[in-house]
Amino acid sequence: MVKVVVWGSLRAATGGAAEVNVDAATFKEVLTQLEQKYPGLKPQIDRGVSLAIDGTIYREAWFTPVKPDSEVVLMPLMVGG
Amino acid sequence: MSKIHVTTTLNGDQVEYLCEPQETLLDILRNRLNLTGSKEGCGSGDCGACSVTLDGRLVCSCLVLAAEAEGREIETIEGMADGENLHSLQQKFLDHAALQCGICTPGFLVAAKALLEKNPDPTETEVRFWLAGNLCRCTGYDKIINAVMDAAAEMRGA
Amino acid sequence: MLPLKCGGRKMALYTGKRNFKVVGTRPPRPDGIDKVTGRALFGADLSAPGMLVGQILRSPHAHARIKSIDTSAAEALSGVKSVVTSADFDKASNSPNQDALDNCMARGKALYHGHAVAAVAATTAYVATQALKLIKVDYNVLPHVIEVEDAMMANAPIVQGGRRADNAPDGLSENITHYMSFGHGGLDEGFAKADKIIERTFKTAATHQGYIEPHACLATMGPDGKADLWCCTQGHYYVRELCADFLGMETSQLRVTASEIGGGFGGKTTVFIEPVALALSRKAGKPVKMVMNREEVFKASGPTVSSLTDVKIGMTKDGRITAAHAMLRYQGGAFPCGTIEFGLMSAFAAYDLDAVQAEGFNVMTNRPRQAAYRAPGAPVAIYPVEGVIDELCQILDLDPLEVRLKNAARKGTKSSYGPTFDDIGLVATLEAAQKHPHYLTPLGPNQGRGVSCGFWFNFGGNTSVSLNLNADGTVGIVEGNPDIGGSRASISQMAAEELGIPYEKIRTVIADTNSLGFNDVTDGSRVTFAVGLATIKAAQDAVQKMCSRVAKLWDIDEDAVVWEDGYAKPAGPNAGEFEPMSIAEIAAIANSTGGPIAGHHEVNADGAGVSFGVHLVDLEIDPGTGQTTILRYTVFQDAGKAVHPDYVEGQMQGGAVQGIGWALNEEYIYGPDGLLQNPGFLDYRIPVASDLPPIEAVILEIPNPGHPYGVRGVGETSIVPPLAALSNGVSRAIGHRMYELPMSPPKILKTIKG
Repeated sequence: MVKVVVWGSLRAATGGAAEVNVDAATFKEVLTQLEQKYPGLKPQIDRGVSLAIDGTIYREAWFTPVKPDSEVVLMPLMVGG
Repeated sequence: MSKIHVTTTLNGDQVEYLCEPQETLLDILRNRLNLTGSKEGCGSGDCGACSVTLDGRLVCSCLVLAAEAEGREIETIEGMADGENLHSLQQKFLDHAALQCGICTPGFLVAAKALLEKNPDPTETEVRFWLAGNLCRCTGYDKIINAVMDAAAEMRGA
Repeated sequence: MLPLKCGGRKMALYTGKRNFKVVGTRPPRPDGIDKVTGRALFGADLSAPGMLVGQILRSPHAHARIKSIDTSAAEALSGVKSVVTSADFDKASNSPNQDALDNCMARGKALYHGHAVAAVAATTAYVATQALKLIKVDYNVLPHVIEVEDAMMANAPIVQGGRRADNAPDGLSENITHYMSFGHGGLDEGFAKADKIIERTFKTAATHQGYIEPHACLATMGPDGKADLWCCTQGHYYVRELCADFLGMETSQLRVTASEIGGGFGGKTTVFIEPVALALSRKAGKPVKMVMNREEVFKASGPTVSSLTDVKIGMTKDGRITAAHAMLRYQGGAFPCGTIEFGLMSAFAAYDLDAVQAEGFNVMTNRPRQAAYRAPGAPVAIYPVEGVIDELCQILDLDPLEVRLKNAARKGTKSSYGPTFDDIGLVATLEAAQKHPHYLTPLGPNQGRGVSCGFWFNFGGNTSVSLNLNADGTVGIVEGNPDIGGSRASISQMAAEELGIPYEKIRTVIADTNSLGFNDVTDGSRVTFAVGLATIKAAQDAVQKMCSRVAKLWDIDEDAVVWEDGYAKPAGPNAGEFEPMSIAEIAAIANSTGGPIAGHHEVNADGAGVSFGVHLVDLEIDPGTGQTTILRYTVFQDAGKAVHPDYVEGQMQGGAVQGIGWALNEEYIYGPDGLLQNPGFLDYRIPVASDLPPIEAVILEIPNPGHPYGVRGVGETSIVPPLAALSNGVSRAIGHRMYELPMSPPKILKTIKG
């Protein structure tokens, strides 16, 4: 199981939890599992999200491995100027 | 509307063109004579990207009517280097990294050359105020000022 | 030079400190001579035979329903070859693309003063202008709304229906989009621990990136449906994607070439006139050149958000922040705008906090659609936070840099936006600032010193690079990211370093969209990091291929060949005795040993490192006029590894001056009629040389673990600190806190007198 940190305004979709657990070994599996367990997260995930895994931000990297003790943080998709 | 026939001297060469009454010198340089080194940044004389000299005087070519060039001498950025040899200012701009995107660079070079021809030994403040008519959005002006001061010193033989 | 094992292809990330030969030096840039002689070709510098001139008719109203558009008289005018409206475009494939398209050409409603409504292509500019006057548009003028505080009210005019965020707070307008919240910890307990709490409200106005080159393009569409587009852009692959979508073309049918670009800063990361020029060209069967004038750039390209923000911070009397809260409200023009997300994430990013929350939303207004501007969202979010911290320092009589240090984020800090930081450079920049002579200089009457931190995330992204070896040992690098600050030099430097050959042997060019795999836009300070990373790997790919050829030639194992200082060599005495071979020698026989040799790398790069900065400013206020004179300005920033120090300094200085303009003078000014009053460089006054002192740039290097050389992006961070640094300096100089930008002379005078 991997612990995923969810930002403030998304916690309404996770029953108020700031951290949730999913059974996932890759970036893509994290997102798929989150959508399945917490359907309220789907609209944001469809709009686009990044994952910060152990401090590194991955924008769209489905096959990036995630370890059970990784820090995984859900983040909006990043754009610059 | 019939066109006006203009004969003028451009970077030392005699040049002729036809222009509409409302066309600017900048329009002619860029669209008729294919000298795209002078740039249109604003069309209202506020940015200096179109700077040229007219009978030795620094002007915004977007504020000069094409017809006004009759019988005058125009110098643009394209006339600044001598064949393969860059002018001191051009070389110093490169040496000091005084350009990032480079769109304002021709205007600054023409303006700086006009300054140094009038005042070969300006203070930093004089350089900053003379160049206040040229906008740069990339560099913050720091390296441009360094380049002009260094070129001035080199040209004085210092 | 680290010998590279040719057999192993996996490249470690940051490999530790090393003695660079080329990286870190200051070679001349490859496009330099073209730019100082006027030879370089920018967006408006290209022409084509038979070319038409395109011009756009723009809405004179801030908000209006378009009942009908009659283009018949314009079409009948001699010299007019095509006229287009929104009817000439396909429906876009998704909602954000549809917004971009509707912004390029109004569909049903004019949403802001200057919104494009129709366009013509004619034989001359004069005919085009006359044709625009003949287009009859029947408008039904609607009430408009311009400011954040008005647009969010429940009874505000609705800019676009049906776009409201599901989670928008109750009781607020349908104009609200993107409500979000970030943070952790218990705010109430946190505030209870504070000795002093203050809460303040700040306002900022919209500004423009102010690039000196207006948008310009040349579009040529043939009767077979293939098109070529030349334009100044930060991302020609993205231009291709959007234009193909809007014109119903297949990607391969549209080839986009990026010109040299005269500034972008984020404002050229989308399209405005390009799809229109293509549509006009398609209809006319001729090339169409389209160039915005300066007024159009201000009215109808993409300015920044404006904001209204509340910040509340609690601090102990010895300077530790115990809790922090911010409520940010942004307007990003007439379309939903996600910049609020970056504002919320960056607001408290510099600090190690147990209790922090940043929440807020975006609201639609009748203003042009926002585009990115250097660290979008971060300057106007960090400005109020740094202002409140500075005010607390004054109230508690604490040193501003000491307080920053006491609360600074470090390796291991849980950031306010979620992830835990790895190695970061904030403490190093703060300590450098503390020790710098600038900070120790005494101040005189009417003078003040301002301090601020700044932060930006920096991105990686999709990148493709090819590295081709020529028979004479020179190298051609092909990349796909327009060069907005000298990146071609840095790319060549990194390749030279990796290959072990002189910088002069390498030529880096930016290719058209047909020549390479996809490349993300030049944004997010990503190029030196991501294109650099891809170049290093492409060089390694080429090296591996060369070693493989050499191994065959020497009839030894690939593992037995190493690359060192520009030569393939036997790995050790056991491998055999062979003369080292240079790139020239290997490439000269490439045809006989298997064919041309090139290295490639295509990647979606991750691991960009965040970049922190600190700015110090000393200024003096004239109490009679409210004029601010900047006496001294110093920028401290962490670059990870400065590949070309001149260009790193250039980014630091340039960003600082844009921030100075934002703080002291730049703003979009609207009348009660919702029309923009200052769309020109006279009244939208950006800094000029005589406004400024020299800007000292101090580069720190705390390597980014995610890049082989430790490179971090640097382009954006430096626009973030100036807003608060100036505000804090002015506030201290006049003895009154200021809470609104820009702090133009009349406003400072009003504060002094009031």
